[in-house]
Amino acid sequence: MTSLLVIIVLVLLAVALWQLTKIFDLTQVGSDKDSSQVASDNDNNVQGYLMFGFLAFIYIFTIYGLFKWGPLVLHTPASAHGGQIDNLMNITWILIFIVQAITQVLLHYFAFKYRGKKDQKALYFADNNKLEAIWSVIPAVVLAGLILYGLYAWTNIMFIDDEDDTVVVELYAQQFKWTARVAGADNVLGKANVRYIEGVNTLGVDLGDAYAQDDIVVSELHIPKGKKIHFKMRSQDVLHSAYMPYFRAQMNCVPGMVTEFAFEPIYTTAEYRELPYMIEKVANINSLRSKKSVALVAKGDAALDPYAFDYLLLCNKICGSSHYNMQMKIVVDTPEDYKKWLSEQVTLAQQMKEATAPAAVEGAMSSDSLKSNDTAAVSKIAMK
Amino acid sequence: MSAEGHDHEHEHHHKDTFITKYIFSIDHKMIAKQYLITGIIMGVIGVGMSMLFRMQLAWPEESFRIFNILLGDKWAPNGVMSNDIYLSLVTIHGTIMVFFVLTAGLSGTFSNLLIPLQIGARDMASGFMNMISYWLFFLSSVIMICSLFVESGPANAGWTIYPPLSALPQAISGSGMGMTLWLVSMAIFIASSLMGSLNYIVTVINLRTKGMSMTRLPLTIWAFFVTAIIGVVSFPVLLSAALLLIFDRSFGTSFFLSDIYLAGEVLHYQGGSPVLFEHLFWFLGHPEVYIVILPALGITSEIIATNSRKPIFGYRAMIMSIIAIAFLSTIVWGHHMFISGMNPFLGSVFTFTTLLIAIPSAVKAFNYITTLWKGNLQLNPAMLFSIGLVSTFITGGLTGIILGDSTLDINVHDTYFVVAHFHLVMGISALYGMFAGVYHWFPRMFGRMLNKNLGYVHFWVTAVCAYGVFFPMHFIGLAGLPRRYYTNTNFPLFDDLQNVNVLITTFALIGGVFQLVFLYNFFSSIFYGKKSVQNPWKSNTLEWTAPVEHMHGNWPGEIPEVHRWPYDYSNPAHDEDFVPQNVPMKPGEEVLHH
Repeated sequence: MTSLLVIIVLVLLAVALWQLTKIFDLTQVGSDKDSSQVASDNDNNVQGYLMFGFLAFIYIFTIYGLFKWGPLVLHTPASAHGGQIDNLMNITWILIFIVQAITQVLLHYFAFKYRGKKDQKALYFADNNKLEAIWSVIPAVVLAGLILYGLYAWTNIMFIDDEDDTVVVELYAQQFKWTARVAGADNVLGKANVRYIEGVNTLGVDLGDAYAQDDIVVSELHIPKGKKIHFKMRSQDVLHSAYMPYFRAQMNCVPGMVTEFAFEPIYTTAEYRELPYMIEKVANINSLRSKKSVALVAKGDAALDPYAFDYLLLCNKICGSSHYNMQMKIVVDTPEDYKKWLSEQVTLAQQMKEATAPAAVEGAMSSDSLKSNDTAAVSKIAMK
Repeated sequence: MSAEGHDHEHEHHHKDTFITKYIFSIDHKMIAKQYLITGIIMGVIGVGMSMLFRMQLAWPEESFRIFNILLGDKWAPNGVMSNDIYLSLVTIHGTIMVFFVLTAGLSGTFSNLLIPLQIGARDMASGFMNMISYWLFFLSSVIMICSLFVESGPANAGWTIYPPLSALPQAISGSGMGMTLWLVSMAIFIASSLMGSLNYIVTVINLRTKGMSMTRLPLTIWAFFVTAIIGVVSFPVLLSAALLLIFDRSFGTSFFLSDIYLAGEVLHYQGGSPVLFEHLFWFLGHPEVYIVILPALGITSEIIATNSRKPIFGYRAMIMSIIAIAFLSTIVWGHHMFISGMNPFLGSVFTFTTLLIAIPSAVKAFNYITTLWKGNLQLNPAMLFSIGLVSTFITGGLTGIILGDSTLDINVHDTYFVVAHFHLVMGISALYGMFAGVYHWFPRMFGRMLNKNLGYVHFWVTAVCAYGVFFPMHFIGLAGLPRRYYTNTNFPLFDDLQNVNVLITTFALIGGVFQLVFLYNFFSSIFYGKKSVQNPWKSNTLEWTAPVEHMHGNWPGEIPEVHRWPYDYSNPAHDEDFVPQNVPMKPGEEVLHH
């Protein structure tokens, strides 16, 4: 069926092409029978009008795109610094649209207006220092403004003040999953290195370090609203990138070093779900999904789950075969809910104790066999 | 400066055998044709790959027989593309298009063809080295193609081949034999590129004909000359990065690797850093985009002036902007690494230098537009592609202001916004430059004309499709869609972008298929095209003073002497609307420009 469709499309394309060439041929009927393959006055005329038409195409396509696809674009930032980024982005967009609108008009309109005619001579106009000075200085001044605003915002966002009252969280990347480590009561992460990876301690935390005792390892991260979260990123294998689009946050995770990013969430997950634009977006996605589900059910497959918005951490640096499915849910809680969530979590140290305890009680399962089980599991994951 | 001593010796014709004429030729015109045809073949492969992965992105849950036919049972069982081969297609598409088509195919073709002909030289400074340069390029192309067929699959760590992914076969299957061949191919490619570049530089400096001062050079030559210098400065750095990566891969060194736990074991690497590789890679990688775009801009300058029947506006400003872009291009590489983990202070510096590049670029765009103003535009296919280039160069260049700004880059880095930006500004624009060059100089290369109506169809369909593909792509990037995802179905969040992806793919497929029009026109016109006259476009530059039939040494008898700049179009002191460079100044004629 698909091959038939492909063939039909190809045939139609060929017909379209044949017709187009014929149209161009026809435009030359009546003009001097010239086969030099150099543009004639008639060609200049036709192509000049097409240039004008192309200008219309660019404009209509742009306006259509803004209405049709504009609403898809990331909206209302969920972090304190996000407003600054979006503000600068909007200013830049306005400038871009102004320049784009003017230059494309000039370019295509000139191509139409000055299309060649036999007995016409071009103006000999080789140089004008004043004009060139104008279009060097204006971009320079405008760019200077953008650079200053940009650098101001960049410095605010990227230079993290250690004195601040922050919540320290580690984002740990591996093929193809994220894990988070919350620093716990002391708000300091214990030392870690891949060489400590063993059993439940999949992040290689040095449990001999006093700071590590209260660290909590989770696969779904909760963070409190209204407090700056200081993320420290690590990777155990290849480059990954921790991308949190709704927070306007991204930083690469590099094996062998710790990278950092900090932001303050300003909407809880529940609050963000209630934003009018998000309600609309989710409704749209769900209507698309239910349409798709109908087709799936007809084929005998399971229907798709309805979608509810959640903040996500995505991997945004190619990291291997399953790069396309490396994600973690992030939940922004009110400070109270966050405290409650935190109190329900088990520290890594306790987990380690529990993991070794049954072995000690039963005595049957030596720590060695536990380790080999675990390596088998890891290599199974790697095989995938 | 001149080569008077040689003039007469060259008139003797060597008896060429088939091998010395068509295969191991040392004649720059033949080498240019070899580069072009190899580039076109690689282009067909590169564009074909993009059509396959675009189909995967638009219809991720469908199966296509064509996948199975082209990729085989291993990579597309039952017509479903595997995730590994998807990444391979993306990787090799990038590599082929950037290096094999738009560097070697574009620079190699037109630098070789035009440098000797436009400066008035018998041939390149070293014809032999030129021949070696082509054959190394050919060899590297063959190795790259061979890498597509190895058992563990072609390289698939992205064309930027960041380690550790590219260094460890355990991390991804393509980092085995596929990556080895990729590195070998690129090392040979770099050697080829360096030989070519050195030759271009030496030829431009030493072999200009009498009267051809640097400020009488056509802008094409300025662009090729400066491009060659950028290449010589930056390609060796990529070679060293590739060599160090080979060391890490094969000899257990740790230049780019440290603290790695993979497949259940701790690897021995200690003390290296992938960020170092990123620095080395982008020290070439960024200048590389100018290596790609500058020759296209040079070609455009020449074609717009000729077909506007007007001097290029601001000749000296154009030269200055080429030099400024070349200089700045070597100190902006860090804008690819704002969020790589390097010190944010460096990010500030690179933002500053990056946005500076907008100034010479703006000068060029405005100068092109002013050249059209009050011209007498001959809208040949070459001219359409040149105008198209200016259009996409502006559209794509403007979004560079967003990506070059570290603050804004945080959220659009590595999304489809980046893909849209660079495809317009250096992919499509450079391709347009290459097409423009082919339409314009085809008569000079093959002595025949391309069919103009096929050329018009080719341009308009391509122009609509190029915007159709890349304009919507900006929106899905701004919606936060990461690039290099095999499918987006694991993120319901992106479900509302699927329709846009289908539209993009539709345009991509139509645009891709319509390139057949060009291929047909190109190959049939070589044999059956209308015979060309000596100077079909009524152009001023020296290549059109040479006879249509190719000959060793380019000109029978003396090399023409140059008396004026190349842009005396519609000079009021003359009746004709063009005055070739070898026409002496009339008594009392003033130099009108600068």
